Amino acid sequence: MSDSAYLPSSASAVPAATVASRTSRHSVLVRLTHWITTLCFLALLVSGAEIVISHPRFYWGETGNVLTPTLFKLPIPSSRALVQTGYGYVLPDQNGWSRYLHFQAAWLVVLTGLLYAISIFLTGHLRKNLLPAKADLSWRAFSTAISGHLRLRRPSEAEAWSYNVLQRLTYLFVIFVLFPLVIWTGLAMSPAFVSAVPATVTLLGGQQSARTLHFFVSLALVLFLLVHVGMVCLAGFRSRMRAMITGRAGTQGEGT
Amino acid sequence: MSDLSRRKLIKTGLAATAGVAGLAVAAHIAQSYGLVPPDHGGIYGLGETLTYASQRLLTRHSLAREFHPSQISKPPLANEMAPPNDAFKRLQAGGFADWQLSVNGMVDRPASFSLAQLKSYPSRSQITQLACEEGWSYIAEWIGVPLSHVLNIVGVHPQARYIAYFSFQPDWWESIDMADALHPQTFLAYGMNGGELPVGNGGPLRLRLPRPLGYKSVKFITHMTVTDSLKSFGKGLGSASPEAGYAWYAGI
Repeated sequence: MSDSAYLPSSASAVPAATVASRTSRHSVLVRLTHWITTLCFLALLVSGAEIVISHPRFYWGETGNVLTPTLFKLPIPSSRALVQTGYGYVLPDQNGWSRYLHFQAAWLVVLTGLLYAISIFLTGHLRKNLLPAKADLSWRAFSTAISGHLRLRRPSEAEAWSYNVLQRLTYLFVIFVLFPLVIWTGLAMSPAFVSAVPATVTLLGGQQSARTLHFFVSLALVLFLLVHVGMVCLAGFRSRMRAMITGRAGTQGEGT
Repeated sequence: MSDLSRRKLIKTGLAATAGVAGLAVAAHIAQSYGLVPPDHGGIYGLGETLTYASQRLLTRHSLAREFHPSQISKPPLANEMAPPNDAFKRLQAGGFADWQLSVNGMVDRPASFSLAQLKSYPSRSQITQLACEEGWSYIAEWIGVPLSHVLNIVGVHPQARYIAYFSFQPDWWESIDMADALHPQTFLAYGMNGGELPVGNGGPLRLRLPRPLGYKSVKFITHMTVTDSLKSFGKGLGSASPEAGYAWYAGI
């Protein structure tokens, strides 16, 4: 398998000559917002799981409780005696700090996300590094990129300077679809917020629908996290971590 | 190079100073407009304050969604709770004829109200959702007298900022700001789904607030105090919830 057959078709790849003259793979803003988002996401994930444990049943529509039929149940024990799980024991209640932490992390990640979203428009990061080039939006480019991923082909050094078309589309989907959806479905569960903006919840079909959707969008974000970390490992964990922490790229030092 | 880093340092210093000053000004403004919750201290204080302040600005007069009678959950979920104690059972045996709600604090005319008195005031009903912080919810019709009606009778002082309210059940008490206290959907509820309010749902008297989560709608309430500060109540965090690790403001 030759890399040269693969690389030139990718309009996103930056020629090696310009690579050497660059000082930073990721800007300070991208690195800072990346790690704040990482921390917040982990906090939201842990606290969100704790909140779900207090009622691991999901419904569709406006209301749902232990007297109404479920859409599905998670086969886990609960932290409340109200929910009959069949486990014969009740987990300790962690909802208090979980909810405090969930909303604190939510505020931080939303503000960070806003800063990021505004800055990528202003700095051209969106246009240059995230929106796919026209040449990449062909079936041929797609199938090349997909088959490369399926064969778990390790990307070349030049690719460490740019995102391929699948990465670009995935990041755009996470930034402009999954994140807004998880915020929307979260707000739709707030009885005070929806009193001011009822469409937030009515468009989703009710408060319990919003809760169920919030759960699934969160799962999609977890899936992204797993694939993202998996790809980072495949591409070279040390070099990619170094690039996202210090801004310096390249694969020197990798494997030596 | 050193020139550049010095300039960078000065810039960063100025930005940090401006940031801190900005935060101090914001905190001062928030405090004077009543946008700081009583549990604003501690590691989660920032998120809690942002939530309370933004929701208070957005929802001061907004009404909770009301539903069609056909949407009432059947049967209504009575969140399992054993009748609190023997004294309660005695009152229950007497049909709650001796149940009293006392209101004092920053009011012109402290008073006690029997259920019969409360029922003699113009009654209102609402079909609203009760959502628990655990994740479940139900819709019911709540019947009662708006809290604002009773507060008008006792004459609340203009400097009042909070109402603290207490359950027959020991150690269960909450407080709300005046925006929630005077809200038209905040009821002293004594009826549900066309009948009496069942004990399992907080009968004979429950403070019913449809905009916050269920734990602010305290069951079996017997006493209210109007105040301008919550510092002297319990541990000074605003209510029993933050003392147990839960947020005082429960709009989300």
